[in-house]
Amino acid sequence: MQFGKVLLLSTVLLSACTASQLNNPYSEDEGTQSVLYQSFNERPKHLDPAVSYTSNEYAFIGQIYEPPFQYHYLKRPYQLVPLTASQMPDIRYLNQKGAALEKNAKDSDIAFTDYVITIQQGIRYQPHPALAKDANNRYQYHNLTATQIESLNTLNDFEHTGSRELIADDYAYQIKRLAHPKIQSPIAEIMKNYIIGFDDFSKQVSDKPKAAIKDIAMSGVEVISPYQYRVRIKGKYPQFIFWLAMPFFSPMPWEADVFYNQPGLAEKNISLDWFPIGTGAYLLSENNPNRRMVLLKNPLYHPETYPTEGEPDDQQKGLLVDAGKPLPFIDKVVFMLEKETIPYWTKFLQGYFDASGIASDSFDQAIQFTGNGGVALTPSMLEKGIKLQTTVETSIAYMGFNMLDATVGGNSEQARKLRLAISIAVDYDEYISIFMNGRGLPAQGFLPPGIYGYDDNNQSHNPYLYDWVDGKLQHKSIDIAKQLMVEAGYPNGIDPKTKEPLILYFDTGLPSIDDRPRSAWYRKQLEKLGIMLIIRATDYNRFQEKIRTGNAQIFTWGWNADYPDPENFFFLLYGGNGKVKYGGENAVNYQNPTFDRLFETMRNMDNSEQRYQIIQHMQDIIRHDAPMAFGFYPKRFSLFHSWYKNLKANSMANNELKYLRIDSATRTQKRQEWNKPIAWPLALGAVLFVLLLIPAINAYRRHIKEPLP
Amino acid sequence: MIHYIIRRLLYAFPLLIGINILTFMLFFIINSPNDMARMQLGQKHVTEQAIDNWKQQHGYNLPLLWNPTATAEKKLTDTIFYQKSVGLFLFRFGSSDNGRNISADIKERAWPSLAVALPTLCVGLLVDITFALLMVLFRQSYLDRVGTALCVVSMSISSLFYIIAGQFVISKLLRLVPISGYDDGLDAIKFLILPVLIGAFSGVGSGVRWYRTLFLEEVSKDYVRTARAKGLTEIQTLFRHVLKNAMIPILTGVVVVLPTLFMGSLITESFFSIPGLGSYTIDAINSQDFAIVRAMVFLGSVLYVIGLLLTDISYTLVDPRVRLS
Repeated sequence: MQFGKVLLLSTVLLSACTASQLNNPYSEDEGTQSVLYQSFNERPKHLDPAVSYTSNEYAFIGQIYEPPFQYHYLKRPYQLVPLTASQMPDIRYLNQKGAALEKNAKDSDIAFTDYVITIQQGIRYQPHPALAKDANNRYQYHNLTATQIESLNTLNDFEHTGSRELIADDYAYQIKRLAHPKIQSPIAEIMKNYIIGFDDFSKQVSDKPKAAIKDIAMSGVEVISPYQYRVRIKGKYPQFIFWLAMPFFSPMPWEADVFYNQPGLAEKNISLDWFPIGTGAYLLSENNPNRRMVLLKNPLYHPETYPTEGEPDDQQKGLLVDAGKPLPFIDKVVFMLEKETIPYWTKFLQGYFDASGIASDSFDQAIQFTGNGGVALTPSMLEKGIKLQTTVETSIAYMGFNMLDATVGGNSEQARKLRLAISIAVDYDEYISIFMNGRGLPAQGFLPPGIYGYDDNNQSHNPYLYDWVDGKLQHKSIDIAKQLMVEAGYPNGIDPKTKEPLILYFDTGLPSIDDRPRSAWYRKQLEKLGIMLIIRATDYNRFQEKIRTGNAQIFTWGWNADYPDPENFFFLLYGGNGKVKYGGENAVNYQNPTFDRLFETMRNMDNSEQRYQIIQHMQDIIRHDAPMAFGFYPKRFSLFHSWYKNLKANSMANNELKYLRIDSATRTQKRQEWNKPIAWPLALGAVLFVLLLIPAINAYRRHIKEPLP
Repeated sequence: MIHYIIRRLLYAFPLLIGINILTFMLFFIINSPNDMARMQLGQKHVTEQAIDNWKQQHGYNLPLLWNPTATAEKKLTDTIFYQKSVGLFLFRFGSSDNGRNISADIKERAWPSLAVALPTLCVGLLVDITFALLMVLFRQSYLDRVGTALCVVSMSISSLFYIIAGQFVISKLLRLVPISGYDDGLDAIKFLILPVLIGAFSGVGSGVRWYRTLFLEEVSKDYVRTARAKGLTEIQTLFRHVLKNAMIPILTGVVVVLPTLFMGSLITESFFSIPGLGSYTIDAINSQDFAIVRAMVFLGSVLYVIGLLLTDISYTLVDPRVRLS
């Protein structure tokens, strides 16, 4: 009897715990931990902060490595604040002789700028075998034998771990790593132009092993004290501070290179590129990029608290509920590899992912448009308590004209009017509606919202493309574009040389079937002007080659901000960065002496009214010259469940996980509610199968009674 | 037989060299080392110097097939082809272009592929043969005709449809198993049920039709008439005699695919997030990682050659009349 009760109780418990969620993709019990579940669709290539430069890699290393500065989580416009630094850097200007200059010294007098950075005391690295020491204070794992290495498979196979305090040397060491040719940092070529001694150091260590750089000095980087270091750069480059907030400038203990460079570890895929060592809020406890990555709260994380101030409506949105509380809130973050959108979306709806983007095939299921053109969640999403957050990204997608091209390029008035006519004809409002499900903002200039210099007056617009009519923006009529075509010498789109429709070429590196409708749409837009647009679709490699060699005519391209400064956008139009002439990032090969002169002035200025006016002037110049149709700024739609707290989209910060909080109890309850298995169709199927067998068996019985043929 | 096996293995060498050359040429017709460097270095701030550095680091700074500036045998050996190919024949796959050790990745990813492919093959084979025998048992009846029609319909539907429909019905509507994912050990079972069922079900149409044809050919032979004449039931005839005699073509189809089960399924692994070798290959092609593509094509070729050899050997086991010489 007693046994029967126990059995009954076990059955009930078992069915409550497991059978109630047969579709649960997680095997481990969360216990009392606060766990966040996210996904990734592409395995990261690099987790070494000197090499990593993509958003899917920053999703991990942003939580692990800590540069001296970070972006304020809540404040807008984006604002830098200290992270491991104890204060913002002391910036000193020097003349050619090394003498100090006043803060308001002329740009021409400034030969060097010193960034003196003081870091907080007492910050410690996450526990890591590279820092493990024995009783004699010697590193335990810096001289591994072949037998020891043979027995290893992951970093977790090391029995001991150690830690030590973060010191200024670690920041200096990382800058030297950026310069080492064997590390292949993507920003090495840029930093050569700025950090004093960077190039010389790079040449000096080119034939030396990675770990040998510890004792070789770089003239522009000096460790002043255990908690202070100085970086000297050429001239004045105010944007350098933004680089100091990127993972490239995170600290790296020299012990990491010594440890990972031991022969045999790389063959086991145990390398700095796969097993980071940082001071951040999280450490990578499981690295299986083929399946899942797991971050755990760093037990040695230094004291940091949730921001106490933000934008005016943050309080109302509940974003300041946790103000002043110690970070991070979440104990464990599980990233699951999910390549396909259908399973990804289903798991989100089942509550197994806490947040989600919206793929085009699930857009209609999630979003509906309101009468006034706004967006709202569908009733099925609202019923689940799902919330929507939309943000305009600090990016731009544009249609570029190759300014070296004989037809659409050049500074002639004829070519400019042709470009303007095309810019009017290509209706990006329609593009956003058809191809982006409304997830974009038509661009009125080159700077997206969130970048200093963006004119957020709602009447601000590109007067060459839009009019302000009855309190709203209105795209210019196609008749104006046709008139411009006449003035450009192509009435009705007829090329006077051939007496045939003007033929232009649209180069694209997206030759897949899915992208053909986009190309066809561009062709239709130009047909409005009588222009025949020929699509030249190639693979992306060939497309890039055409851009490099100047053989493209019209193409689409984009840019995602590295940092929230207009310099990071306008440098794409600076003549000195021409793609064909100089191999720079100016893909349209635009060159305007006035624009270039203003750029050179603007890039060295601190934000001020004067700088703002220069930026507006530069916007006016490129609106007039039209080296590109500005396209749109993409909008990010994020969905998240009711138990997901403190989410505020931040296009600049990479370390947002430490601010998030999960209401685990609500999630557990909702998951059980949403995932009760339905088994009756299986029983029905079994009954039908049996019913189907009965006539078959009867037929067989009849068959064996028949005489042989 | 030993001589035969050795001879077949020796034949495989020129075949593998040919496949390697073909892979190499096809890959480098599409991608130059500069393209590969750009793909690995990303989109931003990539300079010619950075590209040269990358090529130097990864051994792509040499000529492709012939080095005119080198001397003697180095004209051949100081080339990308030689440097990247010689290790393959020793099963040293080296590192991928983003630095991971390929052999370690293959070892890790072969098991999930096998965990899906082997049960799929077994379940598929069992279901196919059972249904084929049932259809032969009820040949010329409405069951046979309906079954054949259903097989044709089933063959006409893309496997992608089965995957999406299976995920929708079983995982989303009925919530009986996770829609995708993978885990170690016994925890993997709940993730394998759906891909295995879908994999087996999607092949039922063609499989049943194929085996039905084989069995129908056998049942018209004299020994079947003799078996019936001596009083065996239809079921006894089919299972004791027909099935045994149809084993040669069954083996032809099954043994040849056994080694390649390790290579995984491209679509299934991708849709079910199974970290196998199929998705490994697809990822490598998308990221233009020549080192992985080359290693996987080579490995696939070796396994296929082994599969064919095993098929030949298995003939001798099921049919004593067959002799390998």
